[in-house]
Amino acid sequence: MATIDHGHGHAEEHAVEHAHPGAKTYTIVGVILAIITVAEVFFYTQESVRAFLVPLLLVLSASKFVMVVGFYMHLKFDHPLFLGVFGFGLMVGGSIITALMFLFGQYPLPHHLA
Amino acid sequence: MAHTAVPVIVDTGAAPPATAGAPLVLEHPHTSTGLDNRKLLMWAFLASDCMFFGTLIATYMVYKNRSIDGPLPRETFDVPYTSVSAFVLLLSSLTMVLALASIQRGEERRMRVWLSATALLGCVFLGGQFYEFTTFYHDGLTLSRNLFGSTFFTLTGFHGTHVAIGVFWLGSLVTHSFRGKLHQEHSLLVEIAGLYWHFVDIVWILIFTLVYLIPD
Repeated sequence: MATIDHGHGHAEEHAVEHAHPGAKTYTIVGVILAIITVAEVFFYTQESVRAFLVPLLLVLSASKFVMVVGFYMHLKFDHPLFLGVFGFGLMVGGSIITALMFLFGQYPLPHHLA
Repeated sequence: MAHTAVPVIVDTGAAPPATAGAPLVLEHPHTSTGLDNRKLLMWAFLASDCMFFGTLIATYMVYKNRSIDGPLPRETFDVPYTSVSAFVLLLSSLTMVLALASIQRGEERRMRVWLSATALLGCVFLGGQFYEFTTFYHDGLTLSRNLFGSTFFTLTGFHGTHVAIGVFWLGSLVTHSFRGKLHQEHSLLVEIAGLYWHFVDIVWILIFTLVYLIPD
Protein backbone atom coordinates (compact mmCIF):
# COMPACT_ATOMS: atom_id res chain seq x y z
CA MET A 1 0.00 0.00 0.00
CA ALA A 2 1.26 3.47 -0.79
CA THR A 3 1.88 5.85 2.09
CA ILE A 4 2.84 9.50 2.35
CA ASP A 5 6.45 10.45 3.07
CA HIS A 6 6.67 14.11 4.08
CA GLY A 7 10.06 14.70 2.59
CA HIS A 8 12.05 12.65 5.12
CA GLY A 9 12.43 9.63 2.81
CA HIS A 10 14.32 9.43 -0.45
CA ALA A 11 13.05 12.40 -2.37
CA GLU A 12 16.59 13.35 -3.38
CA GLU A 13 17.24 9.95 -4.94
CA HIS A 14 13.91 9.96 -6.73
CA ALA A 15 14.55 13.37 -8.18
CA VAL A 16 17.41 12.08 -10.36
CA GLU A 17 15.26 9.36 -11.99
CA HIS A 18 12.95 9.89 -14.92
CA ALA A 19 10.05 7.91 -16.36
CA HIS A 20 11.03 5.29 -18.92
CA PRO A 21 10.39 6.03 -22.60
CA GLY A 22 7.37 4.55 -24.38
CA ALA A 23 6.84 1.98 -27.13
CA LYS A 24 7.38 4.56 -29.88
CA THR A 25 10.86 5.46 -28.65
CA TYR A 26 11.74 1.79 -28.21
CA THR A 27 10.66 1.04 -31.77
CA ILE A 28 12.67 3.96 -33.19
CA VAL A 29 15.74 2.76 -31.30
CA GLY A 30 15.12 -0.78 -32.64
CA VAL A 31 15.01 0.51 -36.22
CA ILE A 32 18.25 2.45 -35.72
CA LEU A 33 19.92 -0.67 -34.25
CA ALA A 34 18.80 -2.72 -37.26
CA ILE A 35 20.16 -0.08 -39.66
CA ILE A 36 23.53 -0.07 -37.86
CA THR A 37 23.67 -3.89 -38.06
CA VAL A 38 23.01 -3.77 -41.81
CA ALA A 39 25.72 -1.08 -42.11
CA GLU A 40 28.18 -3.31 -40.24
CA VAL A 41 27.65 -6.21 -42.62
CA PHE A 42 27.76 -3.86 -45.63
CA PHE A 43 31.12 -2.37 -44.58
CA TYR A 44 32.42 -5.88 -43.87
CA THR A 45 31.87 -6.80 -47.52
CA GLN A 46 33.45 -3.61 -48.95
CA GLU A 47 37.11 -3.85 -49.98
CA SER A 48 37.36 -0.06 -50.22
CA VAL A 49 37.03 0.41 -46.45
CA ARG A 50 39.35 -2.48 -45.54
CA ALA A 51 42.07 -0.09 -44.29
CA PHE A 52 39.90 1.39 -41.54
CA LEU A 53 37.39 -1.44 -41.18
CA VAL A 54 38.32 -2.37 -37.61
CA PRO A 55 37.89 1.11 -36.05
CA LEU A 56 34.73 1.61 -38.11
CA LEU A 57 33.20 -1.67 -36.86
CA LEU A 58 34.24 -0.91 -33.29
CA VAL A 59 32.54 2.50 -33.41
CA LEU A 60 29.34 1.02 -34.87
CA SER A 61 29.36 -1.79 -32.30
CA ALA A 62 29.96 0.67 -29.44
CA SER A 63 27.07 2.85 -30.63
CA LYS A 64 24.74 -0.19 -30.62
CA PHE A 65 25.98 -1.12 -27.16
CA VAL A 66 25.35 2.39 -25.80
CA MET A 67 21.87 2.58 -27.34
CA VAL A 68 20.76 -0.77 -25.86
CA VAL A 69 22.20 0.04 -22.43
CA GLY A 70 20.90 3.61 -22.44
CA PHE A 71 17.39 3.11 -23.79
CA TYR A 72 16.44 -0.57 -23.41
CA MET A 73 18.19 -1.06 -20.05
CA HIS A 74 17.16 2.47 -19.01
CA LEU A 75 20.58 3.54 -17.72
CA LYS A 76 19.97 6.91 -19.37
CA PHE A 77 16.89 7.39 -17.20
CA ASP A 78 17.57 5.37 -14.03
CA HIS A 79 19.47 6.24 -10.89
CA PRO A 80 23.21 6.97 -11.43
CA LEU A 81 24.12 4.25 -8.92
CA PHE A 82 23.10 1.61 -11.48
CA LEU A 83 25.38 3.25 -14.03
CA GLY A 84 28.18 3.29 -11.48
CA VAL A 85 27.81 -0.39 -10.60
CA PHE A 86 27.57 -1.55 -14.21
CA GLY A 87 30.21 0.92 -15.41
CA PHE A 88 32.69 -0.46 -12.88
CA GLY A 89 32.18 -4.03 -14.11
CA LEU A 90 32.39 -2.87 -17.71
CA MET A 91 35.60 -0.97 -17.03
CA VAL A 92 37.20 -4.00 -15.37
CA GLY A 93 36.04 -6.26 -18.23
CA GLY A 94 37.42 -3.84 -20.84
CA SER A 95 40.68 -3.54 -18.91
CA ILE A 96 41.04 -7.34 -18.86
CA ILE A 97 40.66 -7.50 -22.65
CA THR A 98 43.10 -4.64 -23.25
CA ALA A 99 45.68 -5.87 -20.75
CA LEU A 100 45.67 -9.46 -22.02
CA MET A 101 45.94 -8.37 -25.64
CA PHE A 102 48.95 -6.17 -24.84
CA LEU A 103 50.44 -8.93 -22.70
CA PHE A 104 50.20 -11.49 -25.50
CA GLY A 105 51.40 -9.09 -28.21
CA GLN A 106 48.14 -8.55 -30.04
CA TYR A 107 48.79 -4.77 -30.10
CA PRO A 108 52.09 -3.22 -31.27
CA LEU A 109 53.83 -1.67 -28.28
CA PRO A 110 55.90 1.56 -28.47
CA HIS A 111 59.62 0.82 -29.05
CA HIS A 112 60.73 1.89 -25.57
CA LEU A 113 58.25 -0.58 -24.03
CA ALA A 114 58.80 -3.48 -26.43
CA MET B 1 19.84 19.09 4.81
CA ALA B 2 16.72 21.08 3.95
CA HIS B 3 13.54 19.04 3.69
CA THR B 4 10.80 19.85 1.26
CA ALA B 5 7.27 20.18 2.58
CA VAL B 6 5.85 18.59 -0.57
CA PRO B 7 4.53 15.06 0.19
CA VAL B 8 6.21 12.25 -1.73
CA ILE B 9 4.46 8.96 -2.50
CA VAL B 10 6.55 5.89 -1.70
CA ASP B 11 5.67 2.25 -2.18
CA THR B 12 5.93 0.09 0.94
CA GLY B 13 4.84 -3.20 -0.52
CA ALA B 14 1.82 -4.29 -2.47
CA ALA B 15 0.57 -1.49 -4.64
CA PRO B 16 -3.10 -1.15 -5.52
CA PRO B 17 -4.05 -2.42 -8.99
CA ALA B 18 -3.86 0.36 -11.55
CA THR B 19 -6.10 0.84 -14.54
CA ALA B 20 -4.99 -0.02 -18.07
CA GLY B 21 -3.45 2.88 -19.91
CA ALA B 22 -2.66 4.82 -16.73
CA PRO B 23 0.66 6.71 -16.80
CA LEU B 24 3.58 4.97 -15.13
CA VAL B 25 4.72 6.38 -11.79
CA LEU B 26 8.14 5.07 -10.74
CA GLU B 27 8.07 4.01 -7.10
CA HIS B 28 10.54 2.24 -4.87
CA PRO B 29 10.24 0.24 -1.67
CA HIS B 30 11.74 1.78 1.45
CA THR B 31 15.45 0.83 1.35
CA SER B 32 18.56 2.62 2.56
CA THR B 33 19.40 3.67 -1.01
CA GLY B 34 15.82 4.41 -2.03
CA LEU B 35 16.32 1.87 -4.83
CA ASP B 36 14.94 -1.63 -5.14
CA ASN B 37 17.56 -4.08 -3.90
CA ARG B 38 16.55 -6.73 -6.45
CA LYS B 39 17.28 -4.38 -9.32
CA LEU B 40 20.56 -3.28 -7.75
CA LEU B 41 21.52 -6.93 -7.30
CA MET B 42 20.81 -7.63 -10.97
CA TRP B 43 23.03 -4.71 -12.02
CA ALA B 44 25.79 -6.02 -9.72
CA PHE B 45 25.44 -9.49 -11.28
CA LEU B 46 25.59 -8.00 -14.78
CA ALA B 47 28.72 -6.07 -13.78
CA SER B 48 30.35 -9.33 -12.67
CA ASP B 49 29.22 -10.99 -15.90
CA CYS B 50 31.00 -8.19 -17.81
CA MET B 51 34.25 -9.37 -16.22
CA PHE B 52 33.40 -13.00 -17.00
CA PHE B 53 32.75 -12.34 -20.68
CA GLY B 54 35.66 -9.89 -20.80
CA THR B 55 37.95 -12.76 -19.83
CA LEU B 56 36.42 -15.14 -22.38
CA ILE B 57 36.60 -12.55 -25.18
CA ALA B 58 40.20 -11.67 -24.30
CA THR B 59 41.17 -15.35 -24.29
CA TYR B 60 39.58 -15.82 -27.71
CA MET B 61 41.27 -12.72 -29.15
CA VAL B 62 44.67 -13.84 -27.86
CA TYR B 63 44.48 -17.46 -29.01
CA LYS B 64 42.38 -17.36 -32.19
CA ASN B 65 45.38 -17.02 -34.55
CA ARG B 66 47.76 -19.27 -32.62
CA SER B 67 46.35 -22.56 -33.84
CA ILE B 68 48.98 -24.89 -35.32
CA ASP B 69 46.39 -26.65 -37.46
CA GLY B 70 43.12 -25.57 -39.13
CA PRO B 71 40.28 -24.85 -39.51
CA LEU B 72 40.91 -21.13 -38.93
CA PRO B 73 38.37 -18.31 -38.35
CA ARG B 74 38.34 -16.84 -41.88
CA GLU B 75 37.64 -20.23 -43.53
CA THR B 76 35.02 -21.22 -40.94
CA PHE B 77 32.58 -18.36 -40.40
CA ASP B 78 29.47 -17.71 -42.47
CA VAL B 79 28.94 -14.00 -41.75
CA PRO B 80 25.62 -13.56 -43.64
CA TYR B 81 24.13 -16.44 -41.65
CA THR B 82 25.39 -15.08 -38.32
CA SER B 83 24.11 -11.61 -39.28
CA VAL B 84 20.60 -13.03 -39.34
CA SER B 85 21.16 -14.54 -35.87
CA ALA B 86 22.42 -11.16 -34.62
CA PHE B 87 19.36 -9.47 -36.10
CA VAL B 88 17.04 -12.02 -34.41
CA LEU B 89 18.61 -11.37 -31.00
CA LEU B 90 18.43 -7.60 -31.58
CA LEU B 91 14.76 -7.94 -32.47
CA SER B 92 14.17 -9.94 -29.29
CA SER B 93 15.49 -6.99 -27.28
CA LEU B 94 12.84 -4.80 -28.88
CA THR B 95 10.04 -7.28 -28.10
CA MET B 96 11.35 -7.58 -24.52
CA VAL B 97 11.22 -3.86 -23.91
CA LEU B 98 7.76 -3.68 -25.52
CA ALA B 99 6.64 -6.37 -23.03
CA LEU B 100 7.90 -4.16 -20.21
CA ALA B 101 6.11 -1.11 -21.62
CA SER B 102 2.91 -3.19 -21.87
CA ILE B 103 2.90 -4.40 -18.26
CA GLN B 104 3.77 -0.91 -17.02
CA ARG B 105 0.59 0.27 -18.77
CA GLY B 106 -1.36 -2.63 -17.25
CA GLU B 107 -1.85 -4.42 -20.59
CA GLU B 108 -1.19 -7.97 -19.41
CA ARG B 109 -2.40 -9.79 -22.51
CA ARG B 110 -0.13 -7.72 -24.75
CA MET B 111 2.74 -8.30 -22.34
CA ARG B 112 2.26 -12.07 -22.65
CA VAL B 113 2.39 -11.77 -26.45
CA TRP B 114 5.62 -9.76 -26.39
CA LEU B 115 7.23 -12.01 -23.75
CA SER B 116 6.32 -15.11 -25.75
CA ALA B 117 7.71 -13.48 -28.90
CA THR B 118 10.95 -12.73 -27.05
CA ALA B 119 11.26 -16.32 -25.84
CA LEU B 120 10.48 -17.59 -29.34
CA LEU B 121 13.15 -15.35 -30.89
CA GLY B 122 15.56 -16.62 -28.23
CA CYS B 123 14.75 -20.18 -29.30
CA VAL B 124 15.34 -19.23 -32.94
CA PHE B 125 18.73 -17.84 -31.99
CA LEU B 126 19.60 -21.01 -30.06
CA GLY B 127 18.46 -23.16 -32.98
CA GLY B 128 20.67 -21.12 -35.28
CA GLN B 129 23.60 -21.53 -32.94
CA PHE B 130 23.03 -25.29 -32.74
CA TYR B 131 22.99 -25.47 -36.56
CA GLU B 132 26.17 -23.38 -36.74
CA PHE B 133 27.95 -25.56 -34.18
CA THR B 134 26.88 -28.71 -36.05
CA THR B 135 28.16 -27.29 -39.35
CA PHE B 136 31.49 -26.38 -37.77
CA TYR B 137 31.74 -29.86 -36.26
CA HIS B 138 31.24 -31.46 -39.68
CA ASP B 139 33.89 -29.09 -41.06
CA GLY B 140 36.34 -30.49 -38.54
CA LEU B 141 36.22 -27.75 -35.91
CA THR B 142 35.69 -29.21 -32.45
CA LEU B 143 36.31 -28.07 -28.88
CA SER B 144 39.62 -29.94 -28.76
CA ARG B 145 40.70 -29.49 -32.40
CA ASN B 146 42.82 -26.36 -31.94
CA LEU B 147 43.08 -23.15 -29.88
CA PHE B 148 40.58 -21.38 -32.11
CA GLY B 149 38.00 -24.15 -31.61
CA SER B 150 38.52 -24.30 -27.84
CA THR B 151 38.19 -20.56 -27.28
CA PHE B 152 35.41 -20.06 -29.84
CA PHE B 153 33.16 -22.83 -28.51
CA THR B 154 33.80 -21.80 -24.89
CA LEU B 155 32.90 -18.16 -25.56
CA THR B 156 29.84 -18.70 -27.76
CA GLY B 157 28.76 -21.76 -25.73
CA PHE B 158 28.63 -19.75 -22.50
CA HIS B 159 26.71 -17.02 -24.32
CA GLY B 160 24.26 -19.61 -25.64
CA THR B 161 23.83 -20.95 -22.10
CA HIS B 162 22.94 -17.43 -20.96
CA VAL B 163 20.35 -17.21 -23.75
CA ALA B 164 18.89 -20.60 -22.75
CA ILE B 165 18.58 -19.47 -19.11
CA GLY B 166 16.88 -16.30 -20.33
CA VAL B 167 14.39 -18.32 -22.39
CA PHE B 168 13.46 -20.41 -19.32
CA TRP B 169 13.13 -17.21 -17.27
CA LEU B 170 10.82 -15.64 -19.85
CA GLY B 171 8.81 -18.87 -20.03
CA SER B 172 8.31 -18.80 -16.26
CA LEU B 173 7.10 -15.18 -16.45
CA VAL B 174 4.58 -16.09 -19.15
CA THR B 175 3.40 -19.04 -17.06
CA HIS B 176 3.02 -16.80 -13.98
CA SER B 177 1.04 -14.32 -16.04
CA PHE B 178 -1.31 -17.02 -17.33
CA ARG B 179 -1.87 -18.13 -13.71
CA GLY B 180 -2.84 -14.56 -12.80
CA LYS B 181 0.24 -13.91 -10.64
CA LEU B 182 1.89 -11.20 -12.74
CA HIS B 183 0.19 -7.81 -12.74
CA GLN B 184 1.12 -4.20 -13.28
CA GLU B 185 2.41 -3.81 -9.74
CA HIS B 186 4.92 -6.61 -10.45
CA SER B 187 6.40 -4.86 -13.48
CA LEU B 188 9.79 -4.79 -11.75
CA LEU B 189 10.02 -8.57 -12.19
CA VAL B 190 9.68 -8.12 -15.95
CA GLU B 191 12.14 -5.21 -15.88
CA ILE B 192 14.78 -7.32 -14.08
CA ALA B 193 14.32 -10.19 -16.53
CA GLY B 194 14.61 -7.59 -19.30
CA LEU B 195 17.91 -6.32 -17.91
CA TYR B 196 19.31 -9.84 -18.10
CA TRP B 197 17.98 -10.35 -21.63
CA HIS B 198 19.36 -7.04 -22.91
CA PHE B 199 22.72 -7.89 -21.37
CA VAL B 200 22.76 -11.14 -23.34
CA ASP B 201 22.04 -9.02 -26.41
CA ILE B 202 24.85 -6.52 -25.81
CA VAL B 203 27.31 -9.36 -25.25
CA TRP B 204 26.32 -10.74 -28.65
CA ILE B 205 26.77 -7.26 -30.18
CA LEU B 206 30.39 -7.42 -29.02
CA ILE B 207 30.90 -11.08 -30.02
CA PHE B 208 29.43 -10.47 -33.48
CA THR B 209 31.88 -7.64 -34.12
CA LEU B 210 35.01 -8.97 -32.38
CA VAL B 211 34.67 -12.64 -33.33
CA TYR B 212 32.82 -12.72 -36.66
CA LEU B 213 33.39 -9.37 -38.38
CA ILE B 214 37.03 -8.96 -37.29
CA PRO B 215 38.22 -12.54 -37.71
CA ASP B 216 41.95 -11.86 -38.32
